[in-house]
Amino acid sequence: MSLSRRRFLKQVALVAAGAAAPGVRSPASAAGGRAVVVGGGFGGATAAKYIRMWAPDIQVTLVERSREFISCPLSNRVLAGQIELVDLTRGYGALSSKYSIDVVYDEVVGIDPDKREVTLAGGDVLPYDRLIVSPGVDLLFDEIPGLRDPATRERVLHAWRAGPQTMALRRQLEAMPDGGVYALTIPKAPYRCPPGPYERACQVAWYFKTQKPKSKVLILDANDKVQSKEALFTKVWKEWYAGIIEYRPNSALVDVDAKTLTAKLEFEEVKVDVLNVVPPQRAAKIAADTGLITANNKWVGVDFLSYESVAKKNIHVLGDAILAAPAMPKSGHIANQHGKVAAAAVIALLRGQSPNPNPIINNTCYSFVSDKQVIHVASVHRYDPEKKTMVVAQGASGVSATPSELEGTYAESWGKNIWADMLA
Amino acid sequence: MMHRTSAIAACALLAGLGLAYPAAGQDQAARSLAANCTGCHGPSGNSAGAIPTIAGLDKAYIVTALQEFKAGTRQATVMHQHAKGYTDQEIEVLAEYFSQQKRP
Repeated sequence: MSLSRRRFLKQVALVAAGAAAPGVRSPASAAGGRAVVVGGGFGGATAAKYIRMWAPDIQVTLVERSREFISCPLSNRVLAGQIELVDLTRGYGALSSKYSIDVVYDEVVGIDPDKREVTLAGGDVLPYDRLIVSPGVDLLFDEIPGLRDPATRERVLHAWRAGPQTMALRRQLEAMPDGGVYALTIPKAPYRCPPGPYERACQVAWYFKTQKPKSKVLILDANDKVQSKEALFTKVWKEWYAGIIEYRPNSALVDVDAKTLTAKLEFEEVKVDVLNVVPPQRAAKIAADTGLITANNKWVGVDFLSYESVAKKNIHVLGDAILAAPAMPKSGHIANQHGKVAAAAVIALLRGQSPNPNPIINNTCYSFVSDKQVIHVASVHRYDPEKKTMVVAQGASGVSATPSELEGTYAESWGKNIWADMLA
Repeated sequence: MMHRTSAIAACALLAGLGLAYPAAGQDQAARSLAANCTGCHGPSGNSAGAIPTIAGLDKAYIVTALQEFKAGTRQATVMHQHAKGYTDQEIEVLAEYFSQQKRP
């Protein structure tokens, strides 16, 4: 049996299973066309689900290498012992059972934009009419010579993808004696999750304050200032974590010595007890291999009406991998919003229609600054037809007035709701 | 009513052709706009936890709440910032959409 036929039969079986579920409309065939989605994170999973929800006549295959989704947002709380990884973990089962999406647990090894085919490591070839690529970022260890050897990365962790690294960093912090120094290095923007490093500093500082009060958090930031919620983070550090958190701007990491846990900056070296490096980033390798990267040798340029690549027709790119519009962060929430605009655009294009000329998206990023207190940054972005990009709507952006426990409850609720919006 | 009748006729026609296009009342523009809200408020506006469920609320109530958030006259942590990003007409569309969503 040919691979494509096997996939087709699997799809038919899924459709039959889905037809039994109440309120689900299932296609008899791929009459509306075939969409393949690469990457089951905030962008890709959302796009896959919304295409099927809005257009049950379109066949959707989602390719994801992990069996489970683990949320990066909220994962800094694991470092402070507030929650466990399992609290951030969800499965892809409902995408198959409820939405009849063909979820393939495999890795993409090649995309042929001319033949419109995706090749998987397992050997399968997936033809598509429209491809959505939501690949996330690669961490550029090569830019830090002391981290080129993978063995060094067992000792100097990034924990910038939630999972085993998160747990390993938690163990390093637990093993660190009181009076030790934890250093966190931040690359030049843009990087995934602008407030994430500063939230992490707060979570580790809260852990130290309550468990190891003689210990320090040293933030070595390549940027000239705090990249998100600056006034709020600065206030919290001064009022709650004075003597624990030290913030150093313009302190780009040049190299590390993993053996001695030394961070090498341009003019000084800092030896610490736990060294946590958030490396520089770029769109994931599959984007480069497919010829999608158009900006600064790092990011994928897209048309914000459809998220179609400006370099390759019929390929739409979402999330952290794109060259973002001004003031549009690389966040899970934004990727979820990209996914919905792209889903609607793919449906329209497969039907020979034009995408919505007036897309609107928004962002809400919550950061835990203690065990319960939270701050947010939020914005609404609308398409500007003259500038051909998304711009922040007049007056529609801002941050919390002050940290609050109320926003802590909203942040927890946000997680449950956005994971359900993607996956349930 | 005429609109609904013709939509039903259209659906019947599509069903006869073996197609399954969305039913009337699920206009894609409204659905796309409403999809702005579901990241925080949950699928179809049904929230788990502290963020309010907006599915099935009275349309006039949603319009009033969003307009007051927009004007800054209603207590908010974040909604006063979001509400300013949408036109009065978009607020009407969102209110209509979420008022029609079912609670589980």
